[in-house]
Amino acid sequence: MNRRATLEAAIKLGLTADEYAHICKIQGGEPTYVELAIYSLMWSEHCSYKHSRPILGRFPTSGPRILQGPGENAGIIDVGDGWAVAMKVESHNHPSAVEPFQGAATGVGGIVRDIFTMGARPCVSMDSLRFGELTEPRQRFLLDGVVGGIAHYGNCLGIPTIGGEIYFEPSYAGNCLVNAMSAGMIRTDNIVRAIASGVGNHVVLIGSKTGRDGIGGASVLASQEFDETLEEKRPSVQVGDPFTEKKLIEACLELIHRHLVVSMQDLGAAGLTSSSSEMSSKGHVGLDIHADRIPLREADMEPWEIMISESQERMLAIVTDEQLADVREVCERWDLDCTVIGEVTDSKMLRIWWHGERVANIPARRLADESPVIRTPSVKPSYIVDEPVAVDDTGYPQPADLGAALTQLLAAPNIASKRWAWEQYDYIVQANTMQIPGSDAAVLRIKDTARGIAFSNDCNGRHCYLDPYRGAKAAVAEAARNLACAGALPVAVTDCLNFGNPEKGEIYWQFEQAVEGIAEACEALGTPVVSGNVSFYNESFGQAIYPTPMIGMLGVYDDVSVHIDDAFKDEGDVIVLLGAEAGWMDGSEYQKIAYGKVEGRVPDVDLQLEVELQHKLRAAIEARLLKSAHDCAEGGLAVALAECCIAGGSTGGAQFADPEAPRSGRHGRWPGADVDLGSAASVAGAAGRPDLALFGEAPTRVIVTVAAELLGPLDEVLGGLPHRVLGRVTGADMRCTMEGEELFTVAVSELHSAYESLPQRLA
Amino acid sequence: MSSAPVRFGVVVFPGSNCDADAYHAVSTFPDAGVQYLWHKDTDLKDVQAVILPGGFSYGDYLRCGAIARFSPIMQSVIDFAEGGGLVMGICNGFQTLVEAGLLPGALIRNTGLKFVCRYVNLRVETTDTPFTGACEPGELLRIVVKHNDGNYTVDPETLAHMKADDQIVLRYADAAGERVEGANPNGALDDIAGVCNAARNVFGMMPHPENSVEAGLAGGADGRRLFQSLIDSVLRTAEVTS
Repeated sequence: MNRRATLEAAIKLGLTADEYAHICKIQGGEPTYVELAIYSLMWSEHCSYKHSRPILGRFPTSGPRILQGPGENAGIIDVGDGWAVAMKVESHNHPSAVEPFQGAATGVGGIVRDIFTMGARPCVSMDSLRFGELTEPRQRFLLDGVVGGIAHYGNCLGIPTIGGEIYFEPSYAGNCLVNAMSAGMIRTDNIVRAIASGVGNHVVLIGSKTGRDGIGGASVLASQEFDETLEEKRPSVQVGDPFTEKKLIEACLELIHRHLVVSMQDLGAAGLTSSSSEMSSKGHVGLDIHADRIPLREADMEPWEIMISESQERMLAIVTDEQLADVREVCERWDLDCTVIGEVTDSKMLRIWWHGERVANIPARRLADESPVIRTPSVKPSYIVDEPVAVDDTGYPQPADLGAALTQLLAAPNIASKRWAWEQYDYIVQANTMQIPGSDAAVLRIKDTARGIAFSNDCNGRHCYLDPYRGAKAAVAEAARNLACAGALPVAVTDCLNFGNPEKGEIYWQFEQAVEGIAEACEALGTPVVSGNVSFYNESFGQAIYPTPMIGMLGVYDDVSVHIDDAFKDEGDVIVLLGAEAGWMDGSEYQKIAYGKVEGRVPDVDLQLEVELQHKLRAAIEARLLKSAHDCAEGGLAVALAECCIAGGSTGGAQFADPEAPRSGRHGRWPGADVDLGSAASVAGAAGRPDLALFGEAPTRVIVTVAAELLGPLDEVLGGLPHRVLGRVTGADMRCTMEGEELFTVAVSELHSAYESLPQRLA
Repeated sequence: MSSAPVRFGVVVFPGSNCDADAYHAVSTFPDAGVQYLWHKDTDLKDVQAVILPGGFSYGDYLRCGAIARFSPIMQSVIDFAEGGGLVMGICNGFQTLVEAGLLPGALIRNTGLKFVCRYVNLRVETTDTPFTGACEPGELLRIVVKHNDGNYTVDPETLAHMKADDQIVLRYADAAGERVEGANPNGALDDIAGVCNAARNVFGMMPHPENSVEAGLAGGADGRRLFQSLIDSVLRTAEVTS
């Protein structure tokens, strides 16, 4: 209680001298220590977005379907028939790097609270993960812990985890990325916002007791780079209790659906501090919080600790006098603590009381909304080049065996099947899952309607490193393309912008460029950004991660029964390539795996072509012309074709049915493919090399299959969109030719073994 | 003349998370009705069949099902079962039935030491139960498992009795119905996926038939066979007694 709030103390809490001076000005002199602790959290990068706010204004955020844009716990999108989807993604990178299991688990817990806080029942989780190379034992430890933590928390909650992505690059070795996305279903007339109102109403804390876990999580952990003190930061990681959260979900949704609360807010980063100041600031009211009334895990906690604790599974509700008895009854039924800890006032001040003594008195609005804004002068990094690499035989000698090169790519951790991870997730609970993990998008039906929703997430960090503008734009285009491949119409984006230290000009440049790329693509594709999260300071020992603006996207169906997957279905079906972009070496997985290089300039998405392709692809799916569709991403055309063959055997196409074939080792037949790439120049650009035609990467390309007799109608739908027949679905082998000349033939069973080889790398 | 719908009850423990799915699954059958039974209550509301659903009752923090077994509702379920009432435990419900002593054996950690969510093929080993009466002998059901602790084990003597009494109801198999390496997702003894008690009115299984009742969904519809069996069985009994 006797701690002084000096400049020295402020700096220890992560504030700058300028910020301290500003706080003294607002408070009219030296603040109390509780006040200082509160400011340090609320003005941390993590809570205040001080470096990103001025740039994020570039995003389109509204549209006819958007019921709630950024600024709330989650964005909300109208999906029809009175239903809406609440969605958001959030990073839990630093906690996961320090303690992977609990870090990832509480990442899931936090994002799920953001969803049900608004009244939505969480219906899907997706997780985007980045680690260093799997050859390092520590990276395998992190991967194992993170996936285990996600499974532990998400499975217990009964929320299906239906997708995500995992990439491995050296740049993430010291700073893994764990981006947890969640979405929920809500009736459009039942949305609750985190706005305190009604002077005299009770402030009620529901859920777990408050402890010392997670003290300073937002400031110490999330808003600083890593150095040799990483291990010391372990106490700043919270410990999750999914059982309590499950009870909280049920209790809170009942409270909201029975209209028993005025408003609700979850306690996330900065705990009670951020939830109470945001609620009062938004409602233009004051809040009195009696910190001594809060149930504690450790009796000797001081008020500043109580106010900034990040103990999990807690919710703050504003409740009228008439509602209070019912609120208590619901909480008691679910065996949850429910404590009146304060009241709404007309003071517009956030006041903290401790046994009758006022220990903090802060203007709520200035605390929540007037944190400093910082714009770092941006500097274009010197490693950025403006020209693609010269693909010549000196720097890039052609491989002798293209079939072997394909097998090698399929076994590359970035491409190989992530079955090892997603089989640890319950992807089917809630009985809405129409598409399980492994295809382009997660697809769910909306019960009692014909409608459905789909989710994708994408970001190629390597591309964003080589060109953050083009890479980020491509991430949006790819996320939308993945939805289109499943037949869904993309309607909204949630983004998780993972970058290094924004105080550095080069990082700030990456950030600005990426935001511009996202904004342009979102405008073209009609997908406003409705929520998201910025995660800076992803550096260790001064080395920044690849800029990784992860895009999570929602798609909708009027009739979800049209949805398709990526699996080849029947022998004789015609394989058609939509799009005509030539494959690039620059930034490709092939460049990394075969040549050990990451260099050049990645291709720019032609957004007009992208929109046309997606529109026509969707039209073909809605007309039920297609049997499968798959985006060409990492590994190019050849890897995409191989994935379609493998999926056909793994997930059970009509005549290739032995669904458990990969597991039992007994299968009838794999679907194969016999394709001709055409002239090298058309698919490999100026270099004209078959390896580029096969493995080169380019945006705006999709492989579809169609029954031979429907090729004519498909041509009609596609019209002027560049497309051509590559070949046919066959049995057992994948054979590729170029203008009739054979490049390779490989048994799909062999490709499958390579594709499912991730577990061997983890042993 | 259609008979009155079969009355199902789905128990809700704190931490149950497949309770709503079990409720939904039953409600897809026109000749069945369903209601929830709260763990703090003791009234079974005159239901004709009780389902203990999947999930993580009490967080599975002690041992799966070990705390749920002491819920007030469980004493009523035990009395109901001992009186011949039909009780089906799915996943965590199976674990709870084992903990309650209504079924023999135990469910321990998967041999892979990880949660596993995967399609499995279940071979129907006996149709002489109220839960599999609508199946063909040896029929294969493709249903999803999802659990940490589904590794069924039991002492050799009891196993011998169970075999003699035809209590092994479902076994893991491959798509051809063979018990081969790799078909068993959790290391369960003798590839056991589901068992019943000697009186044949209590049944537990690790896979989730409630996620397999609608052909349009990823889970398929093979689980319907088990619910249909249960409904047929109750309706038959009702006919006999009326």
